[in-house]
Amino acid sequence: LSRIGDELYLEPTESGLSLRAVNSSRSAFASFLFAPLFFQLYEPGSSGPDTELFRCKVHMKSFLGIFRSLPSLEKSVGKCLILLKPRASRLVLQLHCKYGVTKTHNLAFQECERLQAVFDTQRCASRLCAPARVLTEAVVHFPPTLAEVTLGTGPGGKISLRNYVEEEAGESCRVRGPPPRLVVPSSPPPTPFPPPEPSKTMVTELWLAEDEFQSVAVAPGSHITFCFKEFRGLLSFAEASNLPLTIHFDEPGRPVIFTLDDTVLEVHLVLATLSDLQSNSQSPSTNGVSHLPAPSDDFPDDLESYMAAMETSEGGSEGPPSPTFPLRTPRPAESEPEEEEEEEEEEGAVPGTPPHKKFRSLFFGSVMTPGRPGLATTQEVLAEDSDGES
Amino acid sequence: MPFSAQPPASGERYALSASLDNARHLSSLLRAVHFQDHATCLATASGLRVTVEDAKCIQANAFIQAEIFQEFSVQEESVMFRISLSVLLDCLTIFGTSSLPGTSTALRMCYRGYGYPLMLFLEEGGVVTVCKINTQEPDELLDFDFCSTKVVNKIILQSEGLREAFAELDMTSEVLQITMSPDKPYFRLSTFGNAGSAHLDYPRDSDLMEAFHCNQTQTNRYKVSLLKPSTKALALSCKVSIRTDAQGFLSLQYMIRNEDGQICFVEYYCCPDENITEAEL
Repeated sequence: LSRIGDELYLEPTESGLSLRAVNSSRSAFASFLFAPLFFQLYEPGSSGPDTELFRCKVHMKSFLGIFRSLPSLEKSVGKCLILLKPRASRLVLQLHCKYGVTKTHNLAFQECERLQAVFDTQRCASRLCAPARVLTEAVVHFPPTLAEVTLGTGPGGKISLRNYVEEEAGESCRVRGPPPRLVVPSSPPPTPFPPPEPSKTMVTELWLAEDEFQSVAVAPGSHITFCFKEFRGLLSFAEASNLPLTIHFDEPGRPVIFTLDDTVLEVHLVLATLSDLQSNSQSPSTNGVSHLPAPSDDFPDDLESYMAAMETSEGGSEGPPSPTFPLRTPRPAESEPEEEEEEEEEEGAVPGTPPHKKFRSLFFGSVMTPGRPGLATTQEVLAEDSDGES
Repeated sequence: MPFSAQPPASGERYALSASLDNARHLSSLLRAVHFQDHATCLATASGLRVTVEDAKCIQANAFIQAEIFQEFSVQEESVMFRISLSVLLDCLTIFGTSSLPGTSTALRMCYRGYGYPLMLFLEEGGVVTVCKINTQEPDELLDFDFCSTKVVNKIILQSEGLREAFAELDMTSEVLQITMSPDKPYFRLSTFGNAGSAHLDYPRDSDLMEAFHCNQTQTNRYKVSLLKPSTKALALSCKVSIRTDAQGFLSLQYMIRNEDGQICFVEYYCCPDENITEAEL
């Protein structure tokens, strides 16, 4: 969860304790639901007809700091008590350790709205299920700093994984990282970054056979591109808990949903995906040009044309370089520079992301913070109009 | 094997002269009090005491008894000088800090007296290094006047139980609050940092508790930044005694066993923090 957001949302429900996180651009959401049976004791508190169960959010770092050293925790801690005290405004975590020692942490929390992404695995055309180990071994071939990865389906049920390369970036790999740390000028730079030289951009593609998966039910010829870092975060968890990972996906632009299921734990990770746009249909001001050649069977033959396509689609990269992901969402060309700068003023906002606001509303039916435009028709905002599906 | 090259000329009398087969017996202890650049050394017939102070609030002493040395002689009643502890440690560990089994650095220390530098002769594997470190006027040292009759509360804990606590002290907290009481929570360490407050409670009947003599409930706060260096001494030690007096002065005494099983002591004294703000308990 810490790979996704800086705040940890705790929501006790009747069906268990839900821990959630969302990233600042609202393009990634994860929830871990621990069933009551996971705990020795689970009392979610009482909720009346007018009151909901109390929920809160705390700083991720503060919470993680309590569980700093896993090996020593395993050796010395017997049990952990978590108490939510609304009246004292404290989340209490008490670790009962060896030798009768008790460690009590009183964390300050903030009240919050319900954090819930809108997604439906039933609406996904494709589904894959694999043991975590298979995917872990596959992603080892990609550099840890890789920003985005493309998952595709090929003939014969083969599944491909390829690192996604940005067209107008100066580097082929860029760490998305916590948004405010990006070093970008506050106004659009006078010159765009030079396009990468194809010879310097390494593309890695990996194909997995159908039988490596526990189940494959995919629409052929489909592909999606999503953020690698957040995916890897979930993958490490899946591997450590030895659970198979299920991937639900649909068309590019629709969120991809990763799930892990266990008798006492339900995990969802929802990531936005890049939508598939033809570069010429976009005005140069949209630096979300993402002409992604469909992975074809004869990929090696297409490599040249892929490289050629990258060269031609450099366009004018206006505005600060895309901090990869959220910029690529489909939207009509409305990258107003003012809007970009305004975005930067927001704390935690990804600089220069005009589609930010729209993208933010991709998942969330409910309004996260007051004052934000609440969008009910989220799917429509996802600009189906702006491309020619190839 | 103590070296034999460059022996002091016979007839010359050194105010302090000492030999140690394994310089680590000295360097590891000195590291446990190395939170300031300078230290004051006091040599008497009973041994060597190295004192480091900061902010007139905290004092650490490392004691290496004469028995630890193969040879230890002090000509006058006592010899005292101020020296750069950083330089002294660098010299003592000039052959490296990693302790391979079977190898050790032999040390010979000579000090002619007031105004003279401290001479160190270090030898390992046939290689000899000679160091000359300038000495200065000794500082006036704080006297915490901590004697057993003034102690209000005292506990002795096995260091193992405190090590993690000190290593993970919330450094965003300005103070470390220590509560000692004949009633619950008996012995409690508290911090008040950015994330919130944290309390570490040790019950009086814990296996870690070797001695528990608390007569009065006392809660005192000490600056975390001053106490944090004591973590090094804690890491080396097997037992620690924690004592407070009526004014809230804190005494931490660490019992350290060296590689040869000999016992040495390091102690830290700390003044309570005067800027008391309302505690969150």
